[in-house]
Amino acid sequence: MTSDAAKEPGQAAAARQAGFETRAIHAGQRPDPYTGARAVPIFQTTSYVFEDTATAAAYFNLQEYGNTYSRIMNPTVAVFEERVASLEGGAGAVAFASGLAAQSAALFTILQPGDHVVSSSALYGGTVTQLNHLSRKLGFELTFIDPDDLDAWRGAVRGNTKVFFAETIGNPGGNVLDIEAVAKIAHEHQLPLMIDSTFATPYLCRPIEWGADIVTHSATKFIGGHGTSIGGVTVEAGTFDWSNGRFPVVADPSPAYHGLAFHETFGVYGYLMKLRAESLRDLGGAMSPFNAFLFLQGLETLPLRMQRHVDNALAIARYLETRPEVTGVRHPGLPASKYRPLVSKYLPRGAGSIFAFDLSGGREAGIRFIEALSLWSHLANVGDAKSLVIHPASTTHRQLDEDALAAAGIGPGTIRLSVGLETVEDLVADLDAGLCAAGAAA
Amino acid sequence: MTEPAGDFACALPSPPGHGDPAEANPYQDTEVIRRVLHTARTIAIVGLSPNELRASNFVGFYLRRHGYTVIPVNPREQTILGVKSYPSLADVPGPIDVVDVFRAPDAVPGIAREAIAAGAKALWLQYNVISPEGARVAADAGLDVVMDRCMKVEHARHLGRMHWLGFNTGRVTSRRETAL
Repeated sequence: MTSDAAKEPGQAAAARQAGFETRAIHAGQRPDPYTGARAVPIFQTTSYVFEDTATAAAYFNLQEYGNTYSRIMNPTVAVFEERVASLEGGAGAVAFASGLAAQSAALFTILQPGDHVVSSSALYGGTVTQLNHLSRKLGFELTFIDPDDLDAWRGAVRGNTKVFFAETIGNPGGNVLDIEAVAKIAHEHQLPLMIDSTFATPYLCRPIEWGADIVTHSATKFIGGHGTSIGGVTVEAGTFDWSNGRFPVVADPSPAYHGLAFHETFGVYGYLMKLRAESLRDLGGAMSPFNAFLFLQGLETLPLRMQRHVDNALAIARYLETRPEVTGVRHPGLPASKYRPLVSKYLPRGAGSIFAFDLSGGREAGIRFIEALSLWSHLANVGDAKSLVIHPASTTHRQLDEDALAAAGIGPGTIRLSVGLETVEDLVADLDAGLCAAGAAA
Repeated sequence: MTEPAGDFACALPSPPGHGDPAEANPYQDTEVIRRVLHTARTIAIVGLSPNELRASNFVGFYLRRHGYTVIPVNPREQTILGVKSYPSLADVPGPIDVVDVFRAPDAVPGIAREAIAAGAKALWLQYNVISPEGARVAADAGLDVVMDRCMKVEHARHLGRMHWLGFNTGRVTSRRETAL
């Protein structure tokens, strides 16, 4: 029982905080007790045999931590969830089939018809569409504001406001959020701050350390890094007071669980329990065990990959600044960027590897540029090991009208890059071919 | 239960409004928590509710499922979780290893003195049961003390299945564990 274990070498580590790189490789996994498998096993099963009827009842009553059905929990997915929670510094995490599923479930847990959301306007186009569509279909109100304007956050709060939402690094304008300041405003109004931190990853920025309450990721991007799998994850800090009177949907007795008051009963873990046991259960967007396994392979090398991503991206941003065909390079890590002080504070290791620039030749130059590339891949994704390029006005942000495009910081000649891990000189050579083509007819 | 070797630790969240418990609260030592969980057999729960939806009932139910003898201490009830409830710690016959408290903080110093008189080896104060005075009374008498932590959560973190639901256990280990 007590004993000899205390004298083993591992004991000396007890007081030590595991570092980020260590947790990227180990957090969430206990080597399998039955087989000793060192890799995380893929538990490709829909369901789990109960020990006995009393134990089954305890699982369904949430009185015991147990596996019932892989739409709600799965041992392979759980390793991924705990690993991301550990890297972000949260109380726990719930994985989803996509980043948008993670966002919609996180909001579904908080909102009911008649509520109000204040959101940054500088968002991934798919998120803008999601919020607009959900607000109409589910009956909540929505106010988009300029995330750089702290007074706009403050001024948008209403009596029925339930959450602030923004991205760590806005897509594709490169807005860097003043997380600590926005969190402070949210908390002054007893509201949680929810952040999509896909572009930063926990290696570059951990929003919870600056006061954010909920952090979501599209795991599809850097967390995987391989471009093979769609997935998402929601992390919660565990420190927001959901029983402050503004969140009956979280705090009040749940009719779905015999009157269980999730936050009162589970405290730190109340929101996460509700997110899993109600929102994931009901919306159903579960991550597959195989995808969780692939995301875990990605997380093991996240620190190494992200450093190379940001180094390559900054080198390319500097190169683009020297080109006459380019009118503006919106990389927040450049000395000329107005976001430079926020980058120093929140993103000291690098301002991500996704940024946009503008071609002086407008829409036609953008088309010639993309068609001249042979190494950069023209597609609608970011955060891959491969370098990616897109023309947002004609693709990812196509659903937005001109005002919404402008609000998201997108012009007709805007090109978005997601800088990968290739030899940086090769990437520059390909861009050179594209810029020459773009400038030729200008 | 075999006690695992020490893990690397990770920062853990604290309940709302408690600041940084590692600074303000010396009664959350991982070694103490592990020792209490591994050595305890009998746990008296002061303030255990008969209501199945209350946190204390979840904790008592869980601890009993995991092999501990749970003794309810609640003067308003005859039986809780199917076993006899005692009006006070002084009324409990036989040894008590841990006194686990779900009561208002101002009741804790008195409960700590009762725990000492009952020969308890540890005083465990649940989330929000924060009483530096009560903790000091017990610690001065040589009891292990844990404050502002949930006994169910800590058991699940160190010995149980908390990681099955994606919670951050704060544990990092390469050691193969025995099957639960």
